[in-house]
Amino acid sequence: MSEEKSLPGTYLRERDLQSLPGIVEHRPDVKYLYSAGQAQSMFLRGLKDGRILGVRCMRCGRVYVPPRSYCEYCFAPTGDWVELSGEGEVHTAVVSYISTFRERLEKPEIVAVVKLYAPGYTNKDDEYEFAGMFHKLCGVGEDDVINGRVIGMRVKPRWRPPEERIGSVTDIECFEPVQS
Amino acid sequence: MVSRPNLHVKDRVAVVGAGITLFRRRMLETPRELAWEASKMALESAGLTLRDIDCVVIGSAPDAFDGVHMKGEYLADGAGGLMKPTVRVYVGGGTGVFVPIAAWWHVASGLCRTVLAVAEEKMSPARPHPQGVFAYIWDPILERPLGPNLIWIFALEMRRYMHKCRVDKETIAKVSVKNKRNAMGHPAAQAAGEITVEDVLNSEVLVWPVQRLDISPVSDGAAALVLASENEARRITDSPVWIEGVGWTLDNTHWYNRELAYPRYVNYAARMAYRMAGIERPWREIDFAEPYDPFDYKELHHIEGLMLARPCEAPKLLEEGWFDRSGELPTSPSGGLLGVGNPIAAAGLMKAAELFWQLRYEAGPRQVKKPVHKGVAQAWGDLMQAGTVVVMGN
Repeated sequence: MSEEKSLPGTYLRERDLQSLPGIVEHRPDVKYLYSAGQAQSMFLRGLKDGRILGVRCMRCGRVYVPPRSYCEYCFAPTGDWVELSGEGEVHTAVVSYISTFRERLEKPEIVAVVKLYAPGYTNKDDEYEFAGMFHKLCGVGEDDVINGRVIGMRVKPRWRPPEERIGSVTDIECFEPVQS
Repeated sequence: MVSRPNLHVKDRVAVVGAGITLFRRRMLETPRELAWEASKMALESAGLTLRDIDCVVIGSAPDAFDGVHMKGEYLADGAGGLMKPTVRVYVGGGTGVFVPIAAWWHVASGLCRTVLAVAEEKMSPARPHPQGVFAYIWDPILERPLGPNLIWIFALEMRRYMHKCRVDKETIAKVSVKNKRNAMGHPAAQAAGEITVEDVLNSEVLVWPVQRLDISPVSDGAAALVLASENEARRITDSPVWIEGVGWTLDNTHWYNRELAYPRYVNYAARMAYRMAGIERPWREIDFAEPYDPFDYKELHHIEGLMLARPCEAPKLLEEGWFDRSGELPTSPSGGLLGVGNPIAAAGLMKAAELFWQLRYEAGPRQVKKPVHKGVAQAWGDLMQAGTVVVMGN
């Protein structure tokens, strides 16, 4: 590659772009309706009842949360449903100052991966796979995330009142620390 | 998973040419014009014309960036693919390094003698910010109701890595400083510069621990390689760069069901590529590397996945200057995504192209200080699940 020769491509400032002829603006107008499928529909029904359900592979013993209708490793159908206590430990947590579309949030959100206590796992720190959920954390501050106090903290789901539950991951408002 | 020997190869494969456009926040050219510019430059650098090309492989990340579905078909003419066996491949951010892998098997299988491998990305059309497009990679049932932002997942992984390996943000920021400095020698660079650790730590906090300067920019751009079988390559050039090993793996989308501090999908892909290349001790046999660095911590994470350092050892080696351009094992001598820019698929292919230029001693001011015989380039993609690795030698 010769270093003297400048490369092809023409940079535009936003203003230059806006002044080009024939700019087309388009916003897709589509709507999707997703079914949750066999295993996840069961899981969502569980959430509506205030229960976190997992499913076990009868061959290798893995407990999947969120559940799958087949074991990804054994490629066999999963079997028994297992109800979890809902408690777990924070695997990692962060503080978000931006929305999905990158606008600044007025109030930052704390988001986490929660490693759930489930049969079939040792819950030791070196375990690569675990039953877990991605959710929001409440009852902890930004400082707890930054100084690392939150990692490994015991947490449990804070459920919405039964009449507000719709069979969604948002039936859990957030995970909150277990008071010991 | 990778225990079968994967050596049923008919032909050795070489890279014989490379091309690249500028990487910029927004560009005048259409996606296919960008693809054409990079393809033309790659062909010229090999002394070939389109007539000499048997097959074409195209890589481009989500269709939603361009807002044009069937992007492979859309790009086909700009990538020289008309009336030829042409295919588009896609594994999210891993696409850029998957392009030379797919091109490799076209030649290694004996099906094609020469392949033009082209990667293009134009992120700028998506408004108000390409971040919105990433909303569609999340699981519609389990994740989207939480209103996630793509940066969340990186921040969660970075936080876990910091905890598990006891690394602070000051150390991680040094990757950004190094790569942006390295990029000052790259003619395509969009985000090159001399910055300090303080600049990174004072930049806008997006999702703590991720700040503005921990992340690569939004970019438009294209890159291309020409691959050839051994016989063709020896006719074309005196200094072919051999593709000695390729590897790729995919983990599931349930990223919250696994340890985030170590990328096992990258490790499996690396083991596959090293086995093919006959490399047993990558930390000694690899001379330089282009690990994928869309975020600064990701470079360290991937260095460990590539077995160029032990788990949690990369931050310490970084502090010692091990990964500097003049160091023992230079990483991202190109300047990486942090410095050169991140037009997704094109950025990964830029990393593969850097192996080509370094191994031919044609990298100019970016040439690493030590003599080079073997290099590895890697990309990662999707929800912490795709690993793509290519090993080249001269």
